[in-house]
Amino acid sequence: MNTGAFWIYLLVMFAVTYLIRVLPFAAFHKKIENKFMRSFLAYIPYTVLGAMTFPAVFYAAGSFAASAAGVATALAAAYRGKGLFTVAVFASLAALLTGMILQVVG
Amino acid sequence: MVMLVLNGGKMKQFIQGLKDGSAIGIGYLSVSFTFGLVAVSSGLCWWEALLVSMMNLTSAGQFAGITIMAAAGSYIELAVSQLVINLRYALMSISLSQKVDQRFHAGRKMLLGFAVTDEIFAVAMSRENELSAQYFAGLAVLPYLGWTCGTLAGAVCGNILPQSVSDALGLAIYGMFIAIIVPAMKKDRRVLKITLLAVLLSFGMYYLPGVSKISSGFAVIICAVAASAVGAVCLPIEETQEET
Repeated sequence: MNTGAFWIYLLVMFAVTYLIRVLPFAAFHKKIENKFMRSFLAYIPYTVLGAMTFPAVFYAAGSFAASAAGVATALAAAYRGKGLFTVAVFASLAALLTGMILQVVG
Repeated sequence: MVMLVLNGGKMKQFIQGLKDGSAIGIGYLSVSFTFGLVAVSSGLCWWEALLVSMMNLTSAGQFAGITIMAAAGSYIELAVSQLVINLRYALMSISLSQKVDQRFHAGRKMLLGFAVTDEIFAVAMSRENELSAQYFAGLAVLPYLGWTCGTLAGAVCGNILPQSVSDALGLAIYGMFIAIIVPAMKKDRRVLKITLLAVLLSFGMYYLPGVSKISSGFAVIICAVAASAVGAVCLPIEETQEET
C-alpha cells in the first residue's frame, strides 16, 4: 500500500467512525422505539464478527492445520469465559506450535 | 469564591471520571497492543498503525479496516464496513444523549462523542446522575492513552518478530472476535442462532461459485445485514439493556 492510499483510507475510516458516534449524540433527543431496528442493531455486532471470522480464519495462520488448531483453542478458551487478550494469545500459540510441529514432521 | 467552588466541583467530576476510566485504560493496553502487532504484520508502518488508533479508538472497526487496507480494498468497501460494524455506536450515542446534563452542549458533544466506545458507554450509563462533560472527559482520557500507547508498543514489537510468529499472530484478531461472540452466544440462544446463520451465509458466499467473486468486505456486510434482519423479524430481542 502506498502512502497516498493510506491517507485516504485513514480519512475515510475517521470520517465514518466519527460521524456515526457524534451525529446521533448531538442530534437525537428521543429513543428509538422501533422494535425491528432495536433487534437488528442488537444482532449486528455478533453477525458482523461471525461473518468476518468464518471462514477467513482458516486461512489466517499460514497453513490450514495451524489455523484450525488456533480456532479450536480460541473457541474452547472463549467458551470458558477467558478475556479477549487471553483468547487471542492462546489461539496464536496453538497455531505457532502446530506450525512448528508440522515443520518438524513434514 | 463561588468560582473556586464551581471549579472544584468540575475538577472533582473530572477526577472521578479519570478513576472510573483507569480500568478501561489498562484493559485497552492489551487489545491495542495486539492491534499494533497485527497492523504491522499486515503491512502498515508503526506510525500508520498509531494514527489509525489515535483517530478511531475502536477495536473491531480498526481490525476490519486494516484487513481491507492490507487487501487493497476499495474506499467504499472500507466506508461501508466501518458504517456497519460501528452502527452500534449510533445506538449508544442516542442513549447517551438522553443522559447528559444541560451544559453538555453541542460543541462538547462533537468533541467528546469521539470517545464513545463499548466500555466507556457502559461505565457512563452506569452512573446514577446526569452526565457532565467534565466527568465524561475524565472518563475518556486513560482509555485513549491506553489505546494509543498499547498500539505504539505493539507496532514497535511487531517490527522485530520473526515470520513464523507474525504468521501465528494473524490469528490473534480472529481470536478476539471469537472471544466477543462466544460468550454472547452462550448467554442468549437467539444470538447463537442468528450468529450461526451469519457464519453459514459467510461460508456460502466464500465457496459457492458466482457469489465468491464478491469482495470479502461486502460479503461480510451482506451476511451480517441479512442474518440480523432475519433475527429482527423471527427472533426479536425485547432487550432490557443496551448492548455493551
